[in-house]
Amino acid sequence: MEQLVKLIPLFPLISFAIIALMNRRLSKPLAAVIACIGVLLSFIDSAVVFQSQLQSFHPVEVKVFDWIIAGDFNASFSFLVDPLSSIFLMVITGVGFLIHLFSVGYMKDDDGMRRFFAYLNLFIFFMLVLVLGNNFLVMFIGWEGVGFCSFMLIGFWYKDNKNNDAAKKAFVMNRIGDLGFLIAMCLIFFNFGSLNYSTLFSPGFLAESSVSTETLTLITFCLFVGAMGKSAQIPLYTWLPDAMAGPTPVSALIHAATMVTAGIYMVARTNVMFSLTPDTMTLVSIIGIATALLGAVIGLFQNDIKKVLAYSTVSQLGLMFVALGVGAYTAAVFHVVTHAFFKALLFLGSGSVIHAMGGEQDIRVMGGLKKKLPITYLTFLIGTLAISGIPPLAGFFSKDQILSEAFAHNKILFALGLLVSLMTAFYMFRLFFLTFHGSFRGTHDQEHHLHESPLNMTLPLIVLAVCAAFAGFVGFPHVIGQGLGLHNLFEAYLSPVLGVSSSHIEASVEWMLMGLTTVLIVMVILYARHLFVSKNYVPESDSHMKGSFKKLAYGKFYVDEFYNKVFTQPLDKVSLFLEKGIDIPVVDGMVRGIGKLTQGLASIARKIQTGNTGYYAIAFVFAILLLFIFFI
Amino acid sequence: MLTLLLILLPLLSGFILLLTGSKNARQIALVLSLIEFGLALFALSTLKSGALETLNYNMPWIPNMGISFRLGMDGISMLMVLLSTMLMPLIVYASFNKTYNNAHTLYALMMLMQSAMIGSFVAMDGFLFYIFWEVSLIPIFFIILMWGGENRQKTTFKFFIYTLFGSLFMLVALIYLYLHTANHSFDIQALYAAGRSLPLVEQGLIMGAFFLAFAIKMPVFPFHTWQPSTYVAAPTPGVMLLGGVMSKMATYGLIRWVLPMVPDGVHEYGYLIIGLSVVSIIYASCIAIIQKDFKYLIAYASIAHMGLISAGIFAMNMQSLQGSLMEMMSHGINTVGLFFAYDIIYNRMHTSEMTKLGGIRGVESRFAFLFFIIVLSNVALPFTNGFIGEFLLILGVFQTNMVAASFAGLSIILGAVYMLRAFQKMMLGETNSLTLHFPKLEKQEIITLSIIVILIVVMGVYPKPILEITESSIQTLLQGIQ
Amino acid sequence: MQNLHGIPINYYVILSTALFCVGALGVMLRRNAIIIFMCVELMLNAVNLLLVAFSSYFGDSQAQVFVFFIMAVAAAEVAVGLAILIMIFRNAGTSDTDVLTKLKW
Repeated sequence: MEQLVKLIPLFPLISFAIIALMNRRLSKPLAAVIACIGVLLSFIDSAVVFQSQLQSFHPVEVKVFDWIIAGDFNASFSFLVDPLSSIFLMVITGVGFLIHLFSVGYMKDDDGMRRFFAYLNLFIFFMLVLVLGNNFLVMFIGWEGVGFCSFMLIGFWYKDNKNNDAAKKAFVMNRIGDLGFLIAMCLIFFNFGSLNYSTLFSPGFLAESSVSTETLTLITFCLFVGAMGKSAQIPLYTWLPDAMAGPTPVSALIHAATMVTAGIYMVARTNVMFSLTPDTMTLVSIIGIATALLGAVIGLFQNDIKKVLAYSTVSQLGLMFVALGVGAYTAAVFHVVTHAFFKALLFLGSGSVIHAMGGEQDIRVMGGLKKKLPITYLTFLIGTLAISGIPPLAGFFSKDQILSEAFAHNKILFALGLLVSLMTAFYMFRLFFLTFHGSFRGTHDQEHHLHESPLNMTLPLIVLAVCAAFAGFVGFPHVIGQGLGLHNLFEAYLSPVLGVSSSHIEASVEWMLMGLTTVLIVMVILYARHLFVSKNYVPESDSHMKGSFKKLAYGKFYVDEFYNKVFTQPLDKVSLFLEKGIDIPVVDGMVRGIGKLTQGLASIARKIQTGNTGYYAIAFVFAILLLFIFFI
Repeated sequence: MLTLLLILLPLLSGFILLLTGSKNARQIALVLSLIEFGLALFALSTLKSGALETLNYNMPWIPNMGISFRLGMDGISMLMVLLSTMLMPLIVYASFNKTYNNAHTLYALMMLMQSAMIGSFVAMDGFLFYIFWEVSLIPIFFIILMWGGENRQKTTFKFFIYTLFGSLFMLVALIYLYLHTANHSFDIQALYAAGRSLPLVEQGLIMGAFFLAFAIKMPVFPFHTWQPSTYVAAPTPGVMLLGGVMSKMATYGLIRWVLPMVPDGVHEYGYLIIGLSVVSIIYASCIAIIQKDFKYLIAYASIAHMGLISAGIFAMNMQSLQGSLMEMMSHGINTVGLFFAYDIIYNRMHTSEMTKLGGIRGVESRFAFLFFIIVLSNVALPFTNGFIGEFLLILGVFQTNMVAASFAGLSIILGAVYMLRAFQKMMLGETNSLTLHFPKLEKQEIITLSIIVILIVVMGVYPKPILEITESSIQTLLQGIQ
Repeated sequence: MQNLHGIPINYYVILSTALFCVGALGVMLRRNAIIIFMCVELMLNAVNLLLVAFSSYFGDSQAQVFVFFIMAVAAAEVAVGLAILIMIFRNAGTSDTDVLTKLKW
């Protein structure tokens, strides 16, 4: 068992090493095959481990080697497999493998295919380390490692500096969050003397420790800052839409399905701490709902197929944080899983569309792709329905769970969450109808070029569509489950780690909420259909945009510009001032000043040196006489 | 005896090189420095086997002044010796890509410097330490003066006077302590005892005097202004020695000569220095952001890293001290790596102005890959050696001073900003007319970079052996302080 | 007051002081380097005289060792000093110290 756990991250690491070292000596298809095999083996391995975890609750801790030891600080490179990490393992390797498979087709004409797969493998490795770590420091390895891979992959086409800027932005913004994480780790070690989960989260450890609630609040706050960075929450969300500069499979894997959910994983992992700090929990839910709303509003007006999905991701992540904030950890993790399926599906679907359109991403020039790309169309439809929350697709169950938990906690939170869901349904169907329905609005060249993607690209779509359709059944809400004699398997599985949600609302109310939500969503979809299919409405081009709010939202509320004005530019200015205003004139000036002073004094003193020995002799004699007078 | 040999061998190598002439000087230098490295490894194995006595050497020198030629090694000295003896062959090998005039003199001077630096790492007598400390200045002075670039006279003069100025304060402090020793001795234990018996304010002043000398050499804001211009003027081997090893003499000095000597003073006034170091970190990082020339950027980045090390030393706990030693080690390696990357670019493009470069990755991707790992280590990514040091440092400083540590942590953000900006400007983007003709790397360059990269990764993934070398010594040191 | 061969010690002291003052004034006031040089010798000899006188007065021969030492040094000094002077004269064409003021700032 222990060996199996060690092997999980080792497989992608080995395949990474092979590709990185062999590089040009490998043919492109061979590199792709190696990469896929690496992840596939890891997936099979994870499945075996997962299977064993399903039997009974028995966390497995595996020490790989000692890492950093300094005095009483001891962080070994060790893994922990428990229900929470095993679920993430399955998602990462499963979705990861499908996306690898998709990439084989998607990237086959790219010169950098080898390094693409090398980075993807490395990413999978770090992501696995992130969820497998049995202490915060190992999580931090993965945490930073995925950030690094994300940097490499966003800037994959490094010749264009726009991509590089986006990559750098992502890395730096993540780093801001990482600082929070780092400080949280320092605080935890300072107060508890350990970073190991097994010590920290052992029952009663935190409650019995003499650490004050204020300190715990500070710790959870710092942790949450870390989560904000990685999971793109306000105010650190602006990197995620820009990150779409990378190849589409990357957006699907890193910026939708796995890496961005690391923040959720982290909060869920530290749920014991978060549960003790209601203030942070409130903050989490407020930030979550605000991000969800902002993402949804911006998403309503975007015209770039990937940007819409990116903002949708931001918004969905916000919803997950709402769930975390109200203490519904299981619901959040459940949504992570379903979201991974349908969002990866949607991104890969968009990849298929972009592939067919020859790189075009603007939905205003698409349309009518239904006939040309039938498989993509069908799978995309399933994804869209799932994200909108139409029963019985996966999104419905997880979203419903979040909303009902929010309802039990706070009615306003619920109302806003519902609003987000409605907007989600609207912009997703706007995207869907504009892309696949109506008539083609692009150039003839593009129309001629339209084709369905090959099997190795459509197969992952189909598998993901199946998952997006049926994955929800593992987490039946209690009200439905009772009627059908089914349990909420998901909750039961995770309950040893995440606990069972305490908030319960009456069955009748829950049924009502479910009904209300579904009816409203269907109405929104019908409205979208009316608008974009029956009336053939197409968003106007940038220059003709009317309505100030629309412009504002299309311009993403100019948050980037704001950050640029308030942080980036002042930083440069301050730096420039420090160099030109302080370093050179003041600090170095003092040094030079001392030199000048010495020279100045010397130029006065040297006047005494006339060079005439007679004077020297007189001075000499008189000085001696003076000395005599002085001492006698 | 072994320790004495470690000092004498480079000295002897220097003379051998002076005699051989410049034809095969670099090969001979490489072999000799490798022998020295082997000797250091042998010393390490002796240390590990616990035979500390064999590493000690004591001979009266000026007996009626209480000065003796006393050498000794513990884990801390060992690590520093390892660092300098390991970097030396690397620096020599890195210089193979260029033919220097009077090469034998250059390598001889480098060997002399090696001898002096090792001497200062193993000296267990205050006077002897001071001698080695000052002697190390002479070879580097000539190296910069004779093989340097533009403005070398002016900058070397400034560098020399500036460091000498600081050392004088150290000398005064040493003499003051000497006068307070029981029977007038410069022996390290006697000086420790004298320092500890001083009243608090005097301890603070002694600390300040030592710190001034060391702060100039590290350097720490506001004593850093000699450094960027000197780095720029110095030839590559010289700047590698300066930034890679010589700056560690100062941080080593803090650990060896300040902490155990005036512990109460450090407890009482250390926060001032921690504060200054944190200011130094942020200040230097900010200035690094807007540098246009890569060599200046490395110089300022170096100041930021040294600031963190100095803060860690004055935080005085297990984590921060282990972190500072680890960071000294990795900073030495990374600085050599960065300067070598600079050298490679400059030799080919004859400019290191970053805006003029760009797109080198498109032409020479292997170089970009290796260079990037060195950059990553500088931004302290986990699994690189830079991370181990910085993490332990921040963790350690945090236990002494939370606010300072949080501000010091800003360096991981700012570091990412300037390093990635620099990398992007030079290596990424569209290839321009200049970089289009970037010649491929030679085998020797690839090997050098690869060694550095391997060191970075191995130390980052498995730092335990290195941490173990110093663990017990630091424990002893901390116990002595309490 | 004990006499030295009939001459009181005071006389020796006064003579050597006078000699020394003549020498010192010569060094201060004269401009010819040779004469300055001779004046320096004069001062040395004044000291020598004093040393010998006191040596005899106290019956202690240590001071006479000094005298020989000074004489030896003076001889060496003359050799070097005159050589320098000759070189100066050859190069500058003069031995006037008012002209030879190159050794200034």
